[in-house]
Amino acid sequence: MAEKEIMFNQAMEQLEEIVRQLEQGDVPLEEALTLYQKGMELSKVCHDKLQSAEKQLVTMMKDGKEVSVDIETEGTTK
Amino acid sequence: MSSDPYLSVKALTKYIKKKFDADPHLRDVYVKGELSNVKIHTSGHIYFTLKDNSSRLPAVMFAANARTVKFKPESGMTVLIRGDVTVYEASGQYQLYAQSMQADGIGDYYLAFEQLKEKLAKEGLFNAVHKKPFPRFPERIAVVTAPTGAAVRDICITLNRRYPLAKIVIYPTLVQGAQAIQSIVQSIQAANKADYDVMIVGRGGGSIEDLWAFNDEAVARAIFQSRIPIISAVGHETDTTIADFVADLRAATPTAAAELAVPSKAELLERLLSYRTGMYRMASNTIAKEKTALNRLTSSMPFAYPDRLYRPFIERVERATDSLQREVIQTYRRSREQHAYLDRQLAGRSPENLIKQSASELDHLQRRLDSLMGQSLQNRTQQLSSAMRTLDALSPLKIMDRGYSISYKGGQVIKSVSQVEEGESLTISMKDGKLAATVTERILTSKGENKDG
Repeated sequence: MAEKEIMFNQAMEQLEEIVRQLEQGDVPLEEALTLYQKGMELSKVCHDKLQSAEKQLVTMMKDGKEVSVDIETEGTTK
Repeated sequence: MSSDPYLSVKALTKYIKKKFDADPHLRDVYVKGELSNVKIHTSGHIYFTLKDNSSRLPAVMFAANARTVKFKPESGMTVLIRGDVTVYEASGQYQLYAQSMQADGIGDYYLAFEQLKEKLAKEGLFNAVHKKPFPRFPERIAVVTAPTGAAVRDICITLNRRYPLAKIVIYPTLVQGAQAIQSIVQSIQAANKADYDVMIVGRGGGSIEDLWAFNDEAVARAIFQSRIPIISAVGHETDTTIADFVADLRAATPTAAAELAVPSKAELLERLLSYRTGMYRMASNTIAKEKTALNRLTSSMPFAYPDRLYRPFIERVERATDSLQREVIQTYRRSREQHAYLDRQLAGRSPENLIKQSASELDHLQRRLDSLMGQSLQNRTQQLSSAMRTLDALSPLKIMDRGYSISYKGGQVIKSVSQVEEGESLTISMKDGKLAATVTERILTSKGENKDG
Protein backbone atom coordinates (compact mmCIF):
# COMPACT_ATOMS: atom_id res chain seq x y z
CA MET A 1 0.00 0.00 0.00
CA ALA A 2 3.07 2.28 -0.12
CA GLU A 3 2.48 5.43 -2.13
CA LYS A 4 3.54 5.45 -5.73
CA GLU A 5 6.74 7.38 -5.27
CA ILE A 6 7.70 7.77 -1.67
CA MET A 7 11.13 9.23 -1.07
CA PHE A 8 13.64 7.08 0.72
CA ASN A 9 14.00 9.59 3.49
CA GLN A 10 10.28 9.79 4.05
CA ALA A 11 10.05 6.03 4.12
CA MET A 12 12.88 5.83 6.65
CA GLU A 13 11.30 8.51 8.80
CA GLN A 14 7.96 6.74 8.73
CA LEU A 15 9.64 3.47 9.55
CA GLU A 16 11.46 5.06 12.46
CA GLU A 17 8.23 6.48 13.74
CA ILE A 18 6.52 3.11 13.50
CA VAL A 19 9.35 1.37 15.34
CA ARG A 20 9.24 4.05 17.98
CA GLN A 21 5.51 3.62 18.44
CA LEU A 22 5.73 -0.14 18.54
CA GLU A 23 8.61 -0.06 20.99
CA GLN A 24 6.57 2.03 23.35
CA GLY A 25 4.18 -0.91 23.44
CA ASP A 26 0.99 0.92 24.25
CA VAL A 27 -0.53 0.65 20.82
CA PRO A 28 -3.85 -1.20 20.59
CA LEU A 29 -3.46 -4.64 19.03
CA GLU A 30 -5.22 -3.96 15.72
CA GLU A 31 -3.30 -0.74 15.29
CA ALA A 32 -0.06 -2.49 16.20
CA LEU A 33 -0.68 -5.04 13.48
CA THR A 34 -1.49 -2.33 10.95
CA LEU A 35 1.66 -0.48 11.95
CA TYR A 36 3.68 -3.65 11.73
CA GLN A 37 2.41 -4.37 8.25
CA LYS A 38 3.06 -0.80 7.16
CA GLY A 39 6.51 -1.02 8.71
CA MET A 40 7.32 -4.19 6.81
CA GLU A 41 6.21 -2.55 3.57
CA LEU A 42 8.30 0.54 4.27
CA SER A 43 11.25 -1.63 5.14
CA LYS A 44 10.94 -3.39 1.80
CA VAL A 45 10.61 -0.09 -0.03
CA CYS A 46 13.75 1.21 1.66
CA HIS A 47 15.61 -1.98 1.04
CA ASP A 48 14.67 -2.02 -2.65
CA LYS A 49 15.58 1.61 -3.07
CA LEU A 50 18.97 1.06 -1.47
CA GLN A 51 19.65 -1.93 -3.63
CA SER A 52 18.67 -0.16 -6.82
CA ALA A 53 20.75 2.86 -5.80
CA GLU A 54 23.74 0.62 -5.24
CA LYS A 55 23.25 -1.07 -8.57
CA GLN A 56 22.84 2.25 -10.30
CA LEU A 57 25.96 3.59 -8.64
CA VAL A 58 28.04 0.63 -9.73
CA THR A 59 26.73 0.93 -13.29
CA MET A 60 27.46 4.63 -13.39
CA MET A 61 30.94 4.04 -12.04
CA LYS A 62 31.61 1.50 -14.79
CA ASP A 63 30.36 3.89 -17.47
CA GLY A 64 32.33 6.73 -15.94
CA LYS A 65 35.56 4.77 -15.96
CA GLU A 66 35.23 4.03 -19.65
CA VAL A 67 34.77 7.70 -20.40
CA SER A 68 37.66 8.77 -18.21
CA VAL A 69 39.97 6.28 -19.94
CA ASP A 70 39.04 7.84 -23.28
CA ILE A 71 39.92 11.31 -22.09
CA GLU A 72 43.13 10.20 -20.54
CA THR A 73 44.42 8.60 -23.74
CA GLU A 74 43.42 11.72 -25.62
CA GLY A 75 45.31 13.78 -23.09
CA THR A 76 48.47 11.73 -23.37
CA THR A 77 48.56 11.81 -27.17
CA LYS A 78 48.46 15.59 -27.13
CA MET B 1 90.17 99.77 -30.47
CA SER B 2 93.15 101.60 -29.14
CA SER B 3 91.51 105.01 -29.62
CA ASP B 4 88.76 104.08 -27.17
CA PRO B 5 89.86 101.90 -24.28
CA TYR B 6 86.25 101.34 -23.07
CA LEU B 7 84.35 98.30 -24.03
CA SER B 8 80.67 98.11 -24.45
CA VAL B 9 78.80 95.82 -21.98
CA LYS B 10 77.68 93.78 -24.89
CA ALA B 11 81.24 93.37 -26.17
CA LEU B 12 82.55 92.32 -22.80
CA THR B 13 79.71 89.93 -22.26
CA LYS B 14 80.26 88.45 -25.71
CA TYR B 15 83.92 88.09 -24.89
CA ILE B 16 83.15 86.32 -21.67
CA LYS B 17 80.63 84.13 -23.46
CA LYS B 18 83.26 83.22 -26.02
CA LYS B 19 85.60 82.23 -23.24
CA PHE B 20 82.94 80.02 -21.72
CA ASP B 21 82.05 78.43 -25.00
CA ALA B 22 85.66 77.82 -25.87
CA ASP B 23 86.26 75.90 -22.67
CA PRO B 24 85.78 72.20 -23.43
CA HIS B 25 85.03 71.51 -19.74
CA LEU B 26 82.07 73.81 -19.85
CA ARG B 27 80.79 72.51 -23.15
CA ASP B 28 79.84 69.18 -21.71
CA VAL B 29 79.49 69.14 -17.89
CA TYR B 30 78.14 66.54 -15.57
CA VAL B 31 76.90 68.16 -12.43
CA LYS B 32 75.10 66.87 -9.41
CA GLY B 33 73.01 69.06 -7.17
CA GLU B 34 69.74 69.65 -5.46
CA LEU B 35 66.85 71.19 -7.35
CA SER B 36 65.28 74.32 -6.01
CA ASN B 37 62.94 77.02 -7.33
CA VAL B 38 61.67 74.61 -9.97
CA LYS B 39 59.34 76.38 -12.39
CA ILE B 40 57.81 74.46 -15.23
CA HIS B 41 56.72 76.91 -17.85
CA THR B 42 53.60 76.28 -19.93
CA SER B 43 55.86 76.01 -22.94
CA GLY B 44 57.50 73.03 -21.28
CA HIS B 45 60.76 74.72 -20.41
CA ILE B 46 61.92 74.10 -16.91
CA TYR B 47 63.70 76.78 -14.92
CA PHE B 48 65.39 75.89 -11.70
CA THR B 49 68.36 76.47 -9.45
CA LEU B 50 70.86 73.74 -8.85
CA LYS B 51 72.49 74.09 -5.47
CA ASP B 52 74.53 72.41 -2.87
CA ASN B 53 75.60 73.45 0.61
CA SER B 54 77.76 76.29 -0.55
CA SER B 55 76.83 77.33 -4.06
CA ARG B 56 73.92 78.00 -6.32
CA LEU B 57 73.74 77.73 -10.06
CA PRO B 58 70.83 78.94 -12.19
CA ALA B 59 69.75 76.40 -14.75
CA VAL B 60 67.28 75.87 -17.53
CA MET B 61 66.04 72.83 -19.42
CA PHE B 62 64.26 73.48 -22.66
CA ALA B 63 61.05 71.68 -23.50
CA ALA B 64 62.61 69.47 -26.17
CA ASN B 65 64.95 68.02 -23.55
CA ALA B 66 62.44 68.21 -20.71
CA ARG B 67 60.18 65.77 -22.55
CA THR B 68 62.75 63.04 -22.22
CA VAL B 69 62.70 63.36 -18.43
CA LYS B 70 60.66 60.44 -17.15
CA PHE B 71 59.84 62.02 -13.82
CA LYS B 72 58.52 65.33 -12.66
CA PRO B 73 61.34 67.49 -11.32
CA GLU B 74 60.56 68.82 -7.90
CA SER B 75 62.42 71.02 -5.44
CA GLY B 76 64.55 69.06 -3.03
CA MET B 77 65.39 66.28 -5.45
CA THR B 78 69.03 65.49 -5.97
CA VAL B 79 69.61 65.16 -9.67
CA LEU B 80 72.38 64.32 -12.06
CA ILE B 81 72.46 66.73 -14.93
CA ARG B 82 74.38 66.67 -18.14
CA GLY B 83 74.56 69.91 -20.01
CA ASP B 84 76.71 72.89 -20.76
CA VAL B 85 77.43 76.13 -19.04
CA THR B 86 77.27 79.39 -20.92
CA VAL B 87 76.40 82.95 -20.46
CA TYR B 88 72.99 84.38 -21.04
CA GLU B 89 73.91 87.65 -22.59
CA ALA B 90 70.69 89.47 -21.77
CA SER B 91 71.26 89.14 -18.04
CA GLY B 92 74.99 88.63 -18.01
CA GLN B 93 74.51 85.54 -15.99
CA TYR B 94 76.05 82.24 -16.67
CA GLN B 95 73.66 79.37 -16.57
CA LEU B 96 73.59 75.62 -16.76
CA TYR B 97 71.72 74.43 -19.81
CA ALA B 98 70.53 70.93 -18.93
CA GLN B 99 70.20 68.40 -21.74
CA SER B 100 69.25 65.44 -19.57
CA MET B 101 68.29 65.04 -16.03
CA GLN B 102 68.34 61.90 -13.93
CA ALA B 103 67.26 61.42 -10.41
CA ASP B 104 70.24 60.64 -8.29
CA GLY B 105 70.61 57.22 -6.82
CA ILE B 106 67.34 55.67 -7.99
CA GLY B 107 67.19 56.58 -11.59
CA ASP B 108 64.63 58.68 -13.32
CA TYR B 109 62.57 55.81 -14.66
CA TYR B 110 62.28 54.51 -11.21
CA LEU B 111 61.29 57.88 -9.87
CA ALA B 112 58.72 58.41 -12.58
CA PHE B 113 57.44 54.96 -11.88
CA GLU B 114 57.21 55.64 -8.18
CA GLN B 115 55.46 58.93 -8.75
CA LEU B 116 52.85 57.50 -11.07
CA LYS B 117 52.43 54.53 -8.85
CA GLU B 118 51.80 56.76 -5.86
CA LYS B 119 49.38 58.91 -7.78
CA LEU B 120 47.36 56.00 -9.12
CA ALA B 121 47.44 54.26 -5.77
CA LYS B 122 45.95 57.39 -4.20
CA GLU B 123 43.21 57.29 -6.80
CA GLY B 124 42.57 53.70 -5.87
CA LEU B 125 43.39 52.11 -9.19
CA PHE B 126 45.26 49.29 -7.49
CA ASN B 127 42.58 48.61 -4.90
CA ALA B 128 41.66 44.99 -4.51
CA VAL B 129 37.97 45.95 -4.65
CA HIS B 130 38.39 46.88 -8.29
CA LYS B 131 39.97 43.57 -9.23
CA LYS B 132 37.53 41.73 -11.44
CA PRO B 133 36.99 38.05 -10.94
CA PHE B 134 38.10 35.62 -13.59
CA PRO B 135 35.79 32.99 -15.01
CA ARG B 136 36.91 29.51 -14.16
CA PHE B 137 36.37 28.25 -17.65
CA PRO B 138 36.95 31.08 -20.15
CA GLU B 139 35.72 30.50 -23.66
CA ARG B 140 37.12 33.53 -25.44
CA ILE B 141 40.50 35.04 -24.69
CA ALA B 142 41.88 38.27 -26.12
CA VAL B 143 45.66 38.56 -26.31
CA VAL B 144 46.99 42.09 -26.58
CA THR B 145 50.62 41.81 -27.60
CA ALA B 146 53.00 41.98 -30.54
CA PRO B 147 51.87 39.47 -33.19
CA THR B 148 55.39 38.19 -33.59
CA GLY B 149 57.90 37.15 -31.00
CA ALA B 150 58.25 34.75 -28.15
CA ALA B 151 55.48 36.20 -25.99
CA VAL B 152 52.59 35.56 -28.34
CA ARG B 153 53.98 32.15 -29.22
CA ASP B 154 54.36 31.17 -25.57
CA ILE B 155 50.86 32.35 -24.79
CA CYS B 156 49.23 30.53 -27.69
CA ILE B 157 51.12 27.29 -27.12
CA THR B 158 50.34 27.28 -23.44
CA LEU B 159 46.65 28.08 -23.94
CA ASN B 160 46.30 25.37 -26.57
CA ARG B 161 48.13 22.83 -24.50
CA ARG B 162 46.30 23.53 -21.28
CA TYR B 163 42.82 24.31 -22.44
CA PRO B 164 42.09 23.84 -26.13
CA LEU B 165 38.43 24.68 -25.52
CA ALA B 166 39.18 28.40 -25.34
CA LYS B 167 39.17 30.52 -28.48
CA ILE B 168 42.15 32.86 -28.74
CA VAL B 169 42.00 36.18 -30.57
CA ILE B 170 45.21 38.17 -30.95
CA TYR B 171 45.13 41.93 -31.07
CA PRO B 172 48.37 42.88 -32.83
CA THR B 173 49.88 45.64 -30.76
CA LEU B 174 53.05 47.69 -30.73
CA VAL B 175 54.55 47.15 -27.32
CA GLN B 176 57.60 49.37 -27.55
CA GLY B 177 58.60 52.53 -29.20
CA ALA B 178 56.90 55.84 -29.63
CA GLN B 179 53.57 54.40 -30.81
CA ALA B 180 53.39 51.71 -28.14
CA ILE B 181 51.27 53.59 -25.61
CA GLN B 182 48.60 54.49 -28.12
CA SER B 183 48.66 51.05 -29.67
CA ILE B 184 48.25 49.28 -26.32
CA VAL B 185 45.39 51.58 -25.29
CA GLN B 186 43.64 51.06 -28.65
CA SER B 187 43.97 47.30 -28.50
CA ILE B 188 42.58 47.16 -24.97
CA GLN B 189 39.64 49.34 -25.95
CA ALA B 190 39.00 47.37 -29.13
CA ALA B 191 38.96 44.10 -27.24
CA ASN B 192 36.46 45.60 -24.84
CA LYS B 193 34.03 46.12 -27.67
CA ALA B 194 33.91 42.40 -28.28
CA ASP B 195 32.84 39.64 -25.96
CA TYR B 196 35.81 38.12 -24.17
CA ASP B 197 36.07 36.33 -20.86
CA VAL B 198 39.72 37.15 -20.25
CA MET B 199 42.32 39.50 -21.72
CA ILE B 200 46.05 38.96 -21.58
CA VAL B 201 48.12 42.11 -22.03
CA GLY B 202 51.75 41.32 -22.39
CA ARG B 203 55.09 41.25 -24.01
CA GLY B 204 58.36 39.47 -23.54
CA GLY B 205 61.05 40.76 -21.29
CA GLY B 206 63.32 43.65 -22.10
CA SER B 207 65.13 46.51 -20.58
CA ILE B 208 63.23 48.93 -18.42
CA GLU B 209 63.13 51.36 -21.30
CA ASP B 210 61.56 48.68 -23.51
CA LEU B 211 58.82 48.15 -20.94
CA TRP B 212 58.20 51.79 -20.47
CA ALA B 213 54.91 51.99 -22.29
CA PHE B 214 53.47 49.73 -19.60
CA ASN B 215 54.38 52.31 -16.99
CA ASP B 216 52.34 54.93 -18.78
CA GLU B 217 49.33 56.50 -17.19
CA ALA B 218 47.15 56.16 -20.29
CA VAL B 219 47.86 52.42 -20.44
CA ALA B 220 47.17 52.11 -16.72
CA ARG B 221 43.81 53.83 -17.12
CA ALA B 222 42.88 51.77 -20.15
CA ILE B 223 43.54 48.63 -18.14
CA PHE B 224 41.59 50.02 -15.21
CA GLN B 225 38.61 50.85 -17.38
CA SER B 226 38.57 47.49 -19.09
CA ARG B 227 35.34 45.62 -18.56
CA ILE B 228 37.15 42.38 -19.28
CA PRO B 229 39.39 41.08 -16.52
CA ILE B 230 43.02 41.54 -17.52
CA ILE B 231 46.07 39.48 -16.77
CA SER B 232 49.24 41.46 -17.27
CA ALA B 233 52.33 39.64 -18.43
CA VAL B 234 54.92 42.31 -18.89
CA GLY B 235 58.58 41.67 -18.60
CA HIS B 236 59.92 39.31 -16.04
CA GLU B 237 59.70 38.63 -12.41
CA THR B 238 61.85 41.55 -11.28
CA ASP B 239 60.35 44.29 -13.42
CA THR B 240 56.95 45.20 -12.13
CA THR B 241 55.14 47.78 -14.21
CA ILE B 242 52.25 50.06 -13.41
CA ALA B 243 50.20 47.90 -15.77
CA ASP B 244 50.93 44.96 -13.48
CA PHE B 245 49.55 46.87 -10.51
CA VAL B 246 46.37 47.93 -12.26
CA ALA B 247 45.73 44.59 -13.91
CA ASP B 248 43.35 42.23 -12.19
CA LEU B 249 46.02 39.58 -12.10
CA ARG B 250 49.77 39.73 -12.67
CA ALA B 251 51.79 37.02 -14.30
CA ALA B 252 55.56 36.81 -14.15
CA THR B 253 55.84 35.65 -17.76
CA PRO B 254 53.57 35.31 -20.80
CA THR B 255 53.52 31.54 -20.24
CA ALA B 256 52.46 32.13 -16.66
CA ALA B 257 49.71 34.47 -17.88
CA ALA B 258 48.34 31.76 -20.13
CA GLU B 259 48.49 29.34 -17.23
CA LEU B 260 46.60 31.75 -15.00
CA ALA B 261 43.99 32.45 -17.68
CA VAL B 262 42.81 28.91 -18.18
CA PRO B 263 42.53 25.83 -16.08
CA SER B 264 44.73 22.90 -16.94
CA LYS B 265 42.90 20.21 -18.86
CA ALA B 266 44.95 17.53 -17.17
CA GLU B 267 44.24 19.00 -13.77
CA LEU B 268 40.58 19.29 -14.62
CA LEU B 269 40.48 15.69 -15.66
CA GLU B 270 42.28 14.71 -12.53
CA ARG B 271 39.87 16.76 -10.49
CA LEU B 272 36.94 15.27 -12.36
CA LEU B 273 38.28 11.85 -11.60
CA SER B 274 38.73 12.67 -7.96
CA TYR B 275 35.24 14.20 -7.88
CA ARG B 276 33.93 11.05 -9.43
CA THR B 277 35.64 8.78 -6.94
CA GLY B 278 34.68 11.17 -4.19
CA MET B 279 31.06 11.11 -5.29
CA TYR B 280 31.13 7.38 -5.59
CA ARG B 281 32.61 7.10 -2.13
CA MET B 282 30.05 9.51 -0.72
CA ALA B 283 27.18 7.81 -2.47
CA SER B 284 28.27 4.36 -1.38
CA ASN B 285 28.90 5.67 2.11
CA THR B 286 25.41 7.10 2.14
CA ILE B 287 23.97 3.84 0.91
CA ALA B 288 25.96 1.92 3.51
CA LYS B 289 24.87 4.31 6.21
CA GLU B 290 21.24 4.07 5.18
CA LYS B 291 21.56 0.32 5.00
CA THR B 292 22.82 0.26 8.54
CA ALA B 293 20.01 2.52 9.60
CA LEU B 294 17.48 0.32 7.82
CA ASN B 295 18.99 -2.79 9.34
CA ARG B 296 18.87 -1.21 12.74
CA LEU B 297 15.21 -0.41 12.21
CA THR B 298 14.26 -3.79 10.81
CA SER B 299 16.20 -5.62 13.49
CA SER B 300 14.68 -3.44 16.17
CA MET B 301 12.52 -5.16 18.69
CA PRO B 302 9.10 -4.92 17.07
CA PHE B 303 10.32 -6.27 13.72
CA ALA B 304 12.83 -8.79 15.00
CA TYR B 305 10.32 -10.27 17.43
CA PRO B 306 6.94 -9.54 16.01
CA ASP B 307 5.42 -11.98 18.51
CA ARG B 308 6.24 -9.42 21.14
CA LEU B 309 3.68 -7.22 19.52
CA TYR B 310 0.85 -9.40 20.74
CA ARG B 311 2.64 -10.95 23.67
CA PRO B 312 1.49 -8.25 26.06
CA PHE B 313 -2.01 -8.76 24.82
CA ILE B 314 -1.81 -12.49 25.56
CA GLU B 315 -0.57 -11.71 29.00
CA ARG B 316 -3.26 -9.20 29.48
CA VAL B 317 -5.90 -11.62 28.29
CA GLU B 318 -4.56 -14.33 30.56
CA ARG B 319 -4.34 -12.06 33.49
CA ALA B 320 -7.84 -10.86 32.77
CA THR B 321 -9.07 -14.42 32.43
CA ASP B 322 -7.42 -15.36 35.69
CA SER B 323 -8.92 -12.52 37.52
CA LEU B 324 -12.24 -13.21 35.89
CA GLN B 325 -12.16 -16.77 37.19
CA ARG B 326 -11.03 -15.63 40.56
CA GLU B 327 -13.78 -13.10 40.62
CA VAL B 328 -16.38 -15.68 39.60
CA ILE B 329 -15.29 -18.12 42.25
CA GLN B 330 -15.20 -15.46 44.87
CA THR B 331 -18.54 -14.18 43.88
CA TYR B 332 -19.92 -17.71 43.99
CA ARG B 333 -18.40 -18.26 47.40
CA ARG B 334 -19.63 -15.05 48.71
CA SER B 335 -23.11 -15.75 47.42
CA ARG B 336 -23.06 -19.20 48.86
CA GLU B 337 -22.00 -17.92 52.22
CA GLN B 338 -24.60 -15.30 52.12
CA HIS B 339 -27.16 -17.79 51.14
CA ALA B 340 -26.18 -20.07 53.98
CA TYR B 341 -26.31 -17.19 56.35
CA LEU B 342 -29.71 -16.17 55.10
CA ASP B 343 -30.80 -19.75 55.20
CA ARG B 344 -29.73 -19.95 58.77
CA GLN B 345 -31.40 -16.71 59.47
CA LEU B 346 -34.56 -17.94 57.83
CA ALA B 347 -34.41 -21.23 59.56
CA GLY B 348 -33.97 -19.39 62.80
CA ARG B 349 -37.06 -17.42 62.10
CA SER B 350 -39.18 -20.47 61.11
CA PRO B 351 -42.83 -20.48 62.53
CA GLU B 352 -42.45 -24.15 63.28
CA ASN B 353 -40.35 -23.24 66.22
CA LEU B 354 -42.83 -20.70 67.18
CA ILE B 355 -45.50 -23.32 66.91
CA LYS B 356 -43.47 -25.74 68.90
CA GLN B 357 -42.70 -23.14 71.43
CA SER B 358 -46.23 -22.00 71.52
CA ALA B 359 -47.33 -25.59 71.83
CA SER B 360 -44.95 -26.18 74.66
CA GLU B 361 -45.99 -22.94 76.20
CA LEU B 362 -49.53 -23.92 75.77
CA ASP B 363 -48.80 -27.26 77.22
CA HIS B 364 -47.02 -25.66 80.09
CA LEU B 365 -49.82 -23.26 80.62
CA GLN B 366 -52.28 -26.08 80.41
CA ARG B 367 -50.44 -27.96 83.01
CA ARG B 368 -50.15 -24.97 85.18
CA LEU B 369 -53.79 -24.33 84.71
CA ASP B 370 -54.58 -27.89 85.56
CA SER B 371 -52.43 -27.87 88.62
CA LEU B 372 -53.71 -24.51 89.69
CA MET B 373 -57.25 -25.63 89.13
CA GLY B 374 -56.66 -28.76 91.16
CA GLN B 375 -55.01 -26.82 93.92
CA SER B 376 -57.68 -24.24 93.86
CA LEU B 377 -60.35 -26.90 93.98
CA GLN B 378 -58.64 -28.57 96.80
CA ASN B 379 -58.24 -25.32 98.63
CA ARG B 380 -61.89 -24.54 98.17
CA THR B 381 -62.91 -27.92 99.28
CA GLN B 382 -60.81 -27.49 102.37
CA GLN B 383 -62.10 -24.00 102.84
CA LEU B 384 -65.58 -25.23 102.38
CA SER B 385 -65.25 -27.97 104.87
CA SER B 386 -63.52 -25.62 107.27
CA ALA B 387 -66.21 -23.07 106.70
CA MET B 388 -68.82 -25.64 107.14
CA ARG B 389 -67.25 -26.63 110.33
CA THR B 390 -66.99 -23.05 111.45
CA LEU B 391 -70.48 -22.43 110.23
CA ASP B 392 -71.70 -25.32 112.04
CA ALA B 393 -69.90 -24.15 115.13
CA LEU B 394 -71.24 -20.69 114.72
CA SER B 395 -74.76 -21.61 113.81
CA PRO B 396 -77.22 -19.45 115.85
CA LEU B 397 -79.48 -22.39 116.11
CA LYS B 398 -76.93 -24.12 118.17
CA ILE B 399 -76.56 -21.03 120.30
CA MET B 400 -80.27 -20.82 120.68
CA ASP B 401 -80.17 -24.42 121.70
CA ARG B 402 -78.17 -23.26 124.49
CA GLY B 403 -80.80 -20.66 125.40
CA TYR B 404 -79.87 -17.59 123.52
CA SER B 405 -82.37 -15.52 121.41
CA ILE B 406 -82.15 -12.80 118.86
CA SER B 407 -84.08 -9.57 118.85
CA TYR B 408 -85.10 -7.79 115.71
CA LYS B 409 -86.61 -4.46 115.14
CA GLY B 410 -88.02 -4.07 111.68
CA GLY B 411 -85.99 -7.06 110.47
CA GLN B 412 -82.79 -5.65 111.94
CA VAL B 413 -80.83 -7.42 114.60
CA ILE B 414 -80.57 -5.32 117.69
CA LYS B 415 -77.20 -5.37 119.28
CA SER B 416 -77.46 -2.43 121.66
CA VAL B 417 -80.23 -1.15 124.03
CA SER B 418 -79.64 2.25 122.51
CA GLN B 419 -81.21 1.00 119.30
CA VAL B 420 -84.63 0.81 120.85
CA GLU B 421 -86.88 3.10 122.65
CA GLU B 422 -89.35 2.25 125.29
CA GLY B 423 -92.69 1.28 123.88
CA GLU B 424 -91.34 -0.07 120.64
CA SER B 425 -92.26 -3.47 119.36
CA LEU B 426 -89.71 -6.18 118.92
CA THR B 427 -89.60 -9.64 117.51
CA ILE B 428 -87.64 -12.15 119.48
CA SER B 429 -86.45 -15.27 117.76
CA MET B 430 -85.88 -18.42 119.76
CA LYS B 431 -85.09 -22.04 119.13
CA ASP B 432 -88.49 -23.08 118.66
CA GLY B 433 -90.22 -19.92 117.52
CA LYS B 434 -90.83 -16.21 117.90
CA LEU B 435 -92.14 -13.88 120.42
CA ALA B 436 -93.71 -10.46 119.70
CA ALA B 437 -92.74 -8.22 122.63
CA THR B 438 -93.03 -4.62 123.74
CA VAL B 439 -90.21 -2.83 125.53
CA THR B 440 -91.24 -1.59 128.88
CA GLU B 441 -87.99 -0.54 130.23
CA ARG B 442 -84.36 -0.07 129.25
CA ILE B 443 -81.81 -1.01 131.73
CA LEU B 444 -78.29 -0.09 130.99
CA THR B 445 -75.57 -2.28 132.32
CA SER B 446 -71.82 -2.07 132.08
CA LYS B 447 -70.66 -3.15 128.79
CA GLY B 448 -68.38 -5.83 130.02
CA GLU B 449 -70.82 -7.80 131.96
CA ASN B 450 -73.79 -7.25 129.96
CA LYS B 451 -74.79 -8.98 126.83
CA ASP B 452 -77.92 -8.82 124.88
CA GLY B 453 -80.34 -11.23 125.90
